Amino acid sequence: MESSIWNRRKINWKNIWAQRYIMILVLPVVLWMIIFNYLPMLGLIIAFKEYDPFLGPLKGFLESKWVGIDNFKEMFTDKYFWQALWNTIYYSVLNLIVGFPFAILFAILLNEIPNMWYKRFVQTVSYLPYFISWVFVIGYIYIILADNGIVNDVLLKLHIIDKPIPFLVTPDFVPPIVVLSNLWKSFGWNAIIFIAAITNIDPTLFEAAIVDGAGRFARIRYVTLPSIKPTIIILLIFNIAGIMTNYGMFEQMYLLSNGAIQDATEIIDTYTFKIGIVLSRFSYATAVGLFRSVAAVVLLVWANSISKKLTGESLY
Amino acid sequence: MRIRRKSTGDIIFDVLNNLFMFIVVIITLYPFYYIIISSFNDPIDLLKGPVYLWPRKFSVVNYIYIFQEKAILNAAFITVARTIIGSAAAVLFTAAFAYGISRKWLIGRNLFIKMAIITMYFSGGLIPTYLLITRFLNLAGNFLVFIIPNLFNAYNAFIMYSFFKGIPVEIEESAKIDGANDIIIFFKLILPLSLPILATIALFNGVWHWNSWFDALLYGEGKLETLPLYLVRAIQSATASAEAARFVSTTGITSTSIRLTTMVVTTFPITIVYPFLQKYFVKGIMIGALKD
Repeated sequence: MESSIWNRRKINWKNIWAQRYIMILVLPVVLWMIIFNYLPMLGLIIAFKEYDPFLGPLKGFLESKWVGIDNFKEMFTDKYFWQALWNTIYYSVLNLIVGFPFAILFAILLNEIPNMWYKRFVQTVSYLPYFISWVFVIGYIYIILADNGIVNDVLLKLHIIDKPIPFLVTPDFVPPIVVLSNLWKSFGWNAIIFIAAITNIDPTLFEAAIVDGAGRFARIRYVTLPSIKPTIIILLIFNIAGIMTNYGMFEQMYLLSNGAIQDATEIIDTYTFKIGIVLSRFSYATAVGLFRSVAAVVLLVWANSISKKLTGESLY
Repeated sequence: MRIRRKSTGDIIFDVLNNLFMFIVVIITLYPFYYIIISSFNDPIDLLKGPVYLWPRKFSVVNYIYIFQEKAILNAAFITVARTIIGSAAAVLFTAAFAYGISRKWLIGRNLFIKMAIITMYFSGGLIPTYLLITRFLNLAGNFLVFIIPNLFNAYNAFIMYSFFKGIPVEIEESAKIDGANDIIIFFKLILPLSLPILATIALFNGVWHWNSWFDALLYGEGKLETLPLYLVRAIQSATASAEAARFVSTTGITSTSIRLTTMVVTTFPITIVYPFLQKYFVKGIMIGALKD
């Protein structure tokens, strides 16, 4: 078993046999990927069919009738689809506009705290909500925003209002609830990467800036921010690319939703769930899901090329 | 930046900055505190209005009720089981792959890496996956539906991969001379050397399993309820009825109190565990964030 055999990496049975032990570790995962990732990708063909669940599992995929792009035509003429698409983009962009700068601000300000113990304490606390489930967060929102909840209670006691505001059944309150709960849950986690980037800045840069007479703000502006610019841009690309595939948002919206605010909480994911699972319209829901995946890939490529042109930073 | 005199501007900045951080800490922690004190308040008394800093009428009836409730205990058992078994299995499974692709001489390495990368950007989505699990694999209603579909995650694999790459090859070569094969090396050398990264990935998986309810809703068939799913139902029953604080029974417990207490019980274990694992996962994230 000398390493020269392996370096050549010629694919023949002898070499594969020599690597049998490591293959025992790797191949089960490859098989798993084929079953759980690649078979569902093949399953996407039912977006172009009218999947008949009564044909049985395999036959349903192979023998259901082809319908071309009928499912997509229906999707584009459904006003609920457009509503869901609009909401998905709207909330993602709102979250980005509020959450992204806040994470950077928090990271920069945290770095300016001289007391190490206090700094670490704040940082530890800031991650905590990330590990908490959306069920907890929405449950909390339901309790504090209820008619007899803490928010209405305070507003009543301060005589700002004279009867409780029905926050949870008013569509206008959905955007602030969505954005603020998302900010609360993720700011600390989103800041980790910026904190890491700031920690990696060469300290002599700060010392030189101090010698040049730079104050707190000048140092942040001319040293910290330019130093973490590449990190900011890469994460911005990721976030823009993620506008269509915001997985956490499903839980948030599904749990927040109720009959009165349904139109305001419907996003692509909840729409797919309702159409596909609740109503069992498998083909149509698959078409919606496929549309979302394609849009996500297009966004990723687009964001990346814009960034490459403007700043020279890119993901690939 | 040794000791130097602070300017007035610096002092104002420090004061405001500390104040800002103090507010951030309060806003982050108060929800947990609020839920805890409310859950220790007498349920009927709580109908009069919210408590702010301390229970108005201290009581543990909520907890007595919760810990006698069969459905909750059952959900707790399933949640604990899937968290422990699910994350241990996923960490091992993912690590095996990550270790394999970190060996440059592995036949098919580039193909396997590309296969994993594709899964990060493209998937069949909800419906094909649902049909695969319910129609082809018949896993619905089976406890394994929590474990098997969550065995592998490409992001976690690449975080581990970056870590394994950093382990010097010499260690492995000397073990080979001693006659150890790759499986023995993986279990006896690589895994013990990689505890920080294993802890990180175990934490991610564990938190994910602990908080999961959607797969229990999709595939549980009413038999496999997890704690968060129980909470989901409690929340949704509250939205269904306009009056949130309705009496459940003659026990003097309200639906609001049940939600509060379930929230505490569901969240408590994570808030206890994560500070201990923190130093690992911060390091792990940074390793994962570095581009090769």
